Formats: sequence, structure tokens, C-alpha cells
Amino acid sequence: MYPELGQLALILALLLAVLLSVVPLVGALTGRDSLQAFARPLASGMFVFTGLAFAILAHAFLVDDFSVAYVANNSNSMLPWYYKFSAVWGGHEGSLLLWALMLSGWTLAVTIFSRKLPSVMISQVLSVLGMIAVGFFLFVIITSNPFDRLLPNIPADGRDLNPLLQDIGLIMHPPMLYMGYVGFSVAFAFAIAALINGRLDAAWARWSRPWTTVAWAFLTVGIALGSWWAYYELGWGGWWFWDPVENASLLPWLSGTALMHSLAVTEKRGVFKSWTVLLAIVSFALSLLGTFLVRSGVLTSVHAFASDPERGSFLLMLLGITVVASLVLYAFRAPVVHVRSRYGSLSREVFLLFNNVLLVSATALVGIGTLYPLVLDYLEMGKLSIGEPFFNTTFSPLAVATGLLLGVGIFSRWKKTDGGWLARKLLWPLALSTAITAAVMIGYGGFTPWAFLGVFAAVWVTVATFWDLWDKSSSRNGRLYGLRRQSRSYWGMVLGHLGVAMVMAGATIVSNYGIERDVRMQPGDSAMVGDYRIVFTDIGQREGPNYTSEYGSFDVYLDGKQVSELHPEKRNYTVGMSMMTEADIDAGLFRDVFVAIGERISDEAWAIRVQYKPLVRWLWLGALVMALGGFLAIADKRYRIRVSKEKEAKVIQPDASGKTAEVTS
Amino acid sequence: MKRLFLFLPLIVAVAVGVFLFAGIGKDPTRLESVLIGKPVPEFSLESLNDPERRLDTSLLKGEVSLLNVWAEWCPSCWDEHKYLMHLSKDKGVRIVGLNYKDEREAAFRFLNQLGNPYETIIFDPKGKLGFDLGVYGAPETFVIDADGVVRYRHVGVVNQKVWEQELLPVINKAKGNS
Amino acid sequence: MRRFPILLFALFALSFTVQAEVKDVYDFDTRAEEQRYQNLIAELRCPKCQNNNIADSNSAISQDMRDEVYRMMKNGASNEEIVDALVSRFGEFVQYKPPVDRRTILLWAFPAIAVIGGFLVVVGVVMRSRRREQQGETLSQEDKRKAERILAGESDESAKG
Repeated sequence: MYPELGQLALILALLLAVLLSVVPLVGALTGRDSLQAFARPLASGMFVFTGLAFAILAHAFLVDDFSVAYVANNSNSMLPWYYKFSAVWGGHEGSLLLWALMLSGWTLAVTIFSRKLPSVMISQVLSVLGMIAVGFFLFVIITSNPFDRLLPNIPADGRDLNPLLQDIGLIMHPPMLYMGYVGFSVAFAFAIAALINGRLDAAWARWSRPWTTVAWAFLTVGIALGSWWAYYELGWGGWWFWDPVENASLLPWLSGTALMHSLAVTEKRGVFKSWTVLLAIVSFALSLLGTFLVRSGVLTSVHAFASDPERGSFLLMLLGITVVASLVLYAFRAPVVHVRSRYGSLSREVFLLFNNVLLVSATALVGIGTLYPLVLDYLEMGKLSIGEPFFNTTFSPLAVATGLLLGVGIFSRWKKTDGGWLARKLLWPLALSTAITAAVMIGYGGFTPWAFLGVFAAVWVTVATFWDLWDKSSSRNGRLYGLRRQSRSYWGMVLGHLGVAMVMAGATIVSNYGIERDVRMQPGDSAMVGDYRIVFTDIGQREGPNYTSEYGSFDVYLDGKQVSELHPEKRNYTVGMSMMTEADIDAGLFRDVFVAIGERISDEAWAIRVQYKPLVRWLWLGALVMALGGFLAIADKRYRIRVSKEKEAKVIQPDASGKTAEVTS
Repeated sequence: MKRLFLFLPLIVAVAVGVFLFAGIGKDPTRLESVLIGKPVPEFSLESLNDPERRLDTSLLKGEVSLLNVWAEWCPSCWDEHKYLMHLSKDKGVRIVGLNYKDEREAAFRFLNQLGNPYETIIFDPKGKLGFDLGVYGAPETFVIDADGVVRYRHVGVVNQKVWEQELLPVINKAKGNS
Repeated sequence: MRRFPILLFALFALSFTVQAEVKDVYDFDTRAEEQRYQNLIAELRCPKCQNNNIADSNSAISQDMRDEVYRMMKNGASNEEIVDALVSRFGEFVQYKPPVDRRTILLWAFPAIAVIGGFLVVVGVVMRSRRREQQGETLSQEDKRKAERILAGESDESAKG
């Protein structure tokens, strides 16, 4: 009975979404306050019913209701309860319901946090969000209903959750990722609203920024979780494969980063508005593209959900309508008037423009590299694969260039920076960075050009960031006072940039100085990887809640002293009959030692994969630092200024054409 | 003029959409054989039934034939075998078998149970010929013309649809040419 | 100084725990060769998997391909020859590094084109802004009228043109 209620809840949510798309927008375009006022309650209702549907689905999992097809396909009575809960988003239908839930949640958040915005603007934004929601609810109800039943032949037990997904990293990864993807819909909605009502000004940029930043921060965490998960779960020690689905998440991240920076320029100086609006549309379009790629089967990927042409076509239609409509609106309504603003050739505006050039080039590069095989196949020019070797060669220079530019740009000033002054300012940081980089090269025992460039870029960003922090925090009242005086926005930027440096450092070091070996071992053998000795002591059988495993024991020694004991496994999940390699890792801040069991070579001997991974954790720690920076930035004072009574009185009511005057605070 | 530039993103998006649409429903894992138009790679392997007899590429010359890669451990091979029997017995198609990475006993068990549609069976226990042919998963079926040149490769089960739509046209063309 | 015999004894005892170095699953003469092998198998794609290289795949065909890579390396083949041998059997699909030919020249050249192009656009934008600055600050008639309208309290000037 409950699943049917769930279905009903979804339909109700859809209806509310339809109303949300239409009523407030009509109110905004005709100036009717009463209609605009519907926006908030409609958004709340949409969230409530989507939440209800989600709760009902979760309930079905937790009570093992195998009459629901989705539960039967993704769960099992022997599954631990927390995996039963996370199985809700383990398959296509449920993950879309999660998407819809997040969309409703963000829509509700917009209503809550935008009380100071003019009602006309907010109504338009919410209507756009409502339209997106309509598309997704339709998609779920028509093609991907999680509440479909298997009556009358209810299976005795479920097919079990894919063992790869029975893991904490995979529990957290989709929600974080979707928070990011869906979050970009808010920036998109603001952009569309601005195009509709023609108000593309600094205020628009200021209001879009926190929404963009927080979506970006979540996306950063989501991607980092995915990379971390792949590293410890897939058993091969890799952390990024340039797989199409991975690339699909990187695309909105790269363009979202560009958007964040472009919004800063538009907010501060009122320039590049057209470009920023385009980026906002593109970032969300890329989120949708990612959703499409994962589920349509158009590109091969280990991460993809099972593909279905019907779903693929529907999603493409959804994507197509959204993108085409918004880009047509953009082409006709984007501002072409040049704002009479002057900025020097080395001004901060220009540096941020270059930042955008590099980031957008990187976005386009990843996009083209991912879709190129599809294009060639369409043109019948062969079946090519484009993978890691290509991306490493082409992406790395862009990343390094961005890092180098970052360091210089930190010292730039708005409007005008004197070239000579800038050059002089850079000398000492450059010298220091070179020295530190050289030391790192010597420390790790090898010099290659790419290692040098990567480390230098990371060090350069770090040095420049701290140098600027030092400059800014000098104060008559002492250094500590000077530091505390900096805004959260500034600290957010500092953390964001330090995070990037950490990621670059981690990526460069682990790629250039990591060691991977596949060795033949039997109990008693030992193998060297770097300075570490791995001794294979034992292997035996073990039973888990829903699997049996070959349980290996390895001792790790450094300089003769034992450092840790590792227990990699080869698990056999009884229900799904699938085999999983569980590596064990001695994790450390500055290095990981990684051991995984491979194939059985003979009665006694196994193929063992041993790896030394220096600085690998910095990849994900750096990402967390970046995200922390983002969250810190939106907690800045300027977004929390209370509107005083007098200022409220100054707000002029919107006239019939939807044009408002001042926006307070 | 500037306005025209603003239409650029739209044009790009529509182009991408066209490619994506074309890709829906296609199987990205179907690989076309690189050997099409090239002769079957040289090999020297035993016959399954007669270990004394050595087979080589001359086996595949003289008439148009199907080269069917199969193994006892391959579940889909069990499915397609009945149709192969039909092709061989009822339609008189010449089928040469390539027993891929199998053991003799297992292969015989398979044939005893399901019948033998093959004129000759090449025994390839290490999969060497299979590797040279670019076989990546049984069952696979090649169309070889009378000169021993590979004309077509089908990955997966051979059934009536595959026969009528894919293999037969190629066979007819190959027969027409020789 | 008293510690010396203990130290000696410890070293002596430790020497028994130093075990023979294990063989790689594939035997190589040098670490450099081993690294070369690892790099090669990371660049080759498993033909039947859902996007894995042959290093990370447990499928039979990947095993065969790894064997072939090793065999050819031992016979002194270059990286190019090994990749070509596999491509001639399984197709271009198994190379993760796309060849540089007529079809892919756009792909490989893209980063350079994009960055240089973007750079030129930015330079153009900056120069145009500077030219405007040099043209002085006298308002045009149209701007004068706009300014009057603003001063009269109507829509703000940054609305779209």
C-alpha cells in the first residue's frame, strides 16, 4: 500500500512543480503580487511531497518490501541496514528520486534565504527551478518509477546491492555530487530570471555568488569522495581514470570554478556580464549533460548505470529543451552594450579573465576528449579510445599554467596594477618557490620536467597566498589582530587556493614518485616497494555478513621496524556471486602503502599488488580544504547584513513592467 | 555583429545534441574486426578429433565458410549451437570450428551432447589463433571467403536474425566475387 | 661502547630476516623495465570491459594481452611495435592514446588553439578598453540624455541596451 502512496506523492509533487513554474512567473510578468506570493508555499509543498516519496522508498528498503521492483533489484535481506538505506540511491530510479529531492530542497532553500530579494526576481527564479523540477518529475514518473511493483510474483529475496556500492564512500558520494549538480541550477535560475527581466547588474552577481560557491563546494567534496573511494575500493590504487563519467563530473566543476571567479568580477566591477551569464547557463547544462551520459549508455564506463534507450532519449530531450531554450533566450536578451569601465592590462579583472580562459579551455578540452569517440563513430571514422595518456598530456599544462597565473594574480589590484611594482613584488616569492621546489625534488630523489613544473606551481601558489596574507594582515595592533580582521570571504579564498595547491602537489608527487609492483608471493615471501618491505605472513578464509573471503596478512617494515599490519581480502559475495578485491592501506599524511591480492597463481602463490603512494592523501585533503574555503566564504558578513527598518522603507515597489529600483543591502 | 557571436553557444549545443542522439541505442562495446579484408593469420594447430592431423590456413581456402569460435565453458555457445546445427545440416553451410581455450574432454562432451555441425574443428587450447584473430570473447563467428580472406566478424550468438541480416548477405557477396 | 656487541648481535640476527627478493609476476631485469611494462599496460585498453586498461582488468583477454606485451618486451620490441601488434589484431580501440592523424589533429591541437585564441580575445578586450579610455571622457549626446534620465530617477543605467 505504501509504495502506491509514494507514487501519489510524486504525482502531487509534479503538480505543485507545474504550478510553481507557471503561477509566480505570470505574477512577475504582470506585476500581480498575489500570484507571486504563491511561490513560497508551492516550493515548500513540492519539497514535502518529494521528501515523503523518498521516505516511503527508504521505508520499503528497510522493511525488505520485495514487491517493489527497485527494492528487489537492489537489496537483500542479509544486507546491513545502513546499506539498505543507501541502496535507495544505489540504482537509477532511486538516484533520480534523490536528484528530485535535492532539487526541491534547494528550491526551498532559495525561498528561505532570499527574503530580502525583490519579489519579482525571486518569483522568476523559483519558476525556473519549478520548470526544471517538472522535467525531472516527469522523467521519474514516466520512465524511471522507483515504485513499480512486481506483483503478483513477489520474489523471496532481493538481488542484493552491488558489492562495490556497499561502502561508506559510495554512500556519501552521490548525495554530495548531486548537491553540487543541483546547486548549479540555482545560479542557472538566477541567470535566466535576469535575462527574462533584463536586470543584469552587480546585484544579480552578488546574489548568485553564494549559491554558486556552495554548489561548487559540494561538487568538490563529491568528486573527491569518488576519487578516494575508487582508490581504496577498486583495488588498483588509481585515483582518477579520465573515465567518461568521471569527466562528466569534472566538466561542471571546471566551468563552475570559472563561473565563481567571473561572478567576482561582475559583482565588483560590473563587467563581463554577458560572459558570466553564459557560464551560469553552461555550468548547469554540463550538470545535466553529466546526468545524461551516466544513464544513457552512449559512452562506456564502469560507473554507468544500466542503459536504456528510452530513458536516454527522454533525458536528452529534457537536456535539449533546457539548453536550447536558455541559449536562445541568451542570444536574444544578453547585454551587448559595453559598460564604460576602464581597467588596466595587469588589473585583477584581466587576470581573472585569463583565469577564465584557462579554465574554460580545460572544460572544453575534457568535454571534447570525452565526446570525440562518439563523434568519430557517428562520422564512421573509426572507433577510437581517448584515455589517460591523452588527458595527462593535454590537461597538465593547463593546470600548471593556471597555478602559475594564480600566484601572480593574487598580487594584482582591481582596476590597475603597475607592471614594475608587480614584477618587483614577485621576485622574492619566485626565489623562495624555486628553492622549496628544488628541495622537494631532492627530497623525493628525482628530477623530471613535469614533476618540477607541477611541484613548482603548487609551491608558487602556496607561497604567493601566504605572502599576500602576510601583507594584508600587517596592522598597528599586531599580526593576530590583522589576521582576524580579514573577512571570511578572504579566508575562504585563501583556503580555496591552498586547497588547489595541495591537490596539485599530491597529484604531481604521486604520479611521478609513486611505485607500483605486481609480485608473485607466497606466505613467507617479502617484497620491496620503495623503502618499504612487505612481508606476506598468512592467508586464510573468513566470513562476513554477506560474503566469504580469502583473508591475507601482510607486515610492513620501514628501516627494519614494523610499521603496520595489513589485511587485504578477496571477497566472494554469496548472493550476487561476484568477486571483489578489498585492498588494505597503511594510510599516512605523507604516504600510503597499498597492498591488494590479485589472481591465484598456484596452490601456494598469489599475484600481489604492492604500491607506494607518496602524498596521495593530499589530493582529497586538498579538495576538502577547497570546499571548506567555499563554505567559509559564504558565511561572510556581507551576506548576513540585517536590513534595518529605515532601509526597508526606501525599497520602491516594482512597477508593472517588472523593473524594480533599489535592492537593499 | 556581436549578437551573432551570442548564437555560437546555441549552435555548438545543437551539434553536440545531434551526436548524442545518434549515440543512443548503439552498443559502444561492439568492435568491428580489424582483419576485415585481410587473410586469416597463419597458424599451425591440431585438429580436435585427430591430434595427428595439423591444420593451417589452407583449411579455409577453396570455399566460402563460417569460422565459429566456441568453447564448452562459454554459456552463449550452448545457446547458439542448435542454430549452427540447422545451418550446417539443413542449409549446407560449411562451418569450421575453432575450439578456443578449451580441454579436449570438455569439447567432446559438448559435441556429444549437442551435435557436431563442424566440418573440421581447430583445437586452440592456448587461444593463439583466437588472439591473432582479435577474438575477445566467445562466441564469435567469422565469414571467410574462398581465398581465405576475412570478410566479416560477428560477436555474439548466431541466430536467425543475425544469419539473415548480417551473415548471409556477406556470404552471398563473397560467393558472387569468386 | 658497551652497546657495540649488542649492536653486532642485532645486525647478525637481522641478517637472517632479510629474505630473498620476490620475483615479479612477470620477471624483469631492471626496475626501469618493470616501470616500462607498467606504463604500457596502463595505456592499453581491455576490448571487452567497461572501460578498463589491461592492468586493472581480470578478464581472460586482458591476461592474454599482458602476456603478449611481456613476451614482446622480452624479445626486444619497442613500445610502438607492441602497441601496433595489438592494434593490428584488436583495432585502434585498444589504444588509450589516440593516434595523431587527420582525424585527431583537431583534438590534439585543441588546448593550444583554445588558450591562444582566448588569450587573443582577452588582449582585444583589454586594448579596446584602453582605447576607450584614451578617447577621453566627454559624453556623447546619447549618453547625456541617458544621464539626465537617470538623474530624473528612472531605471538604472546598467539595464540592457
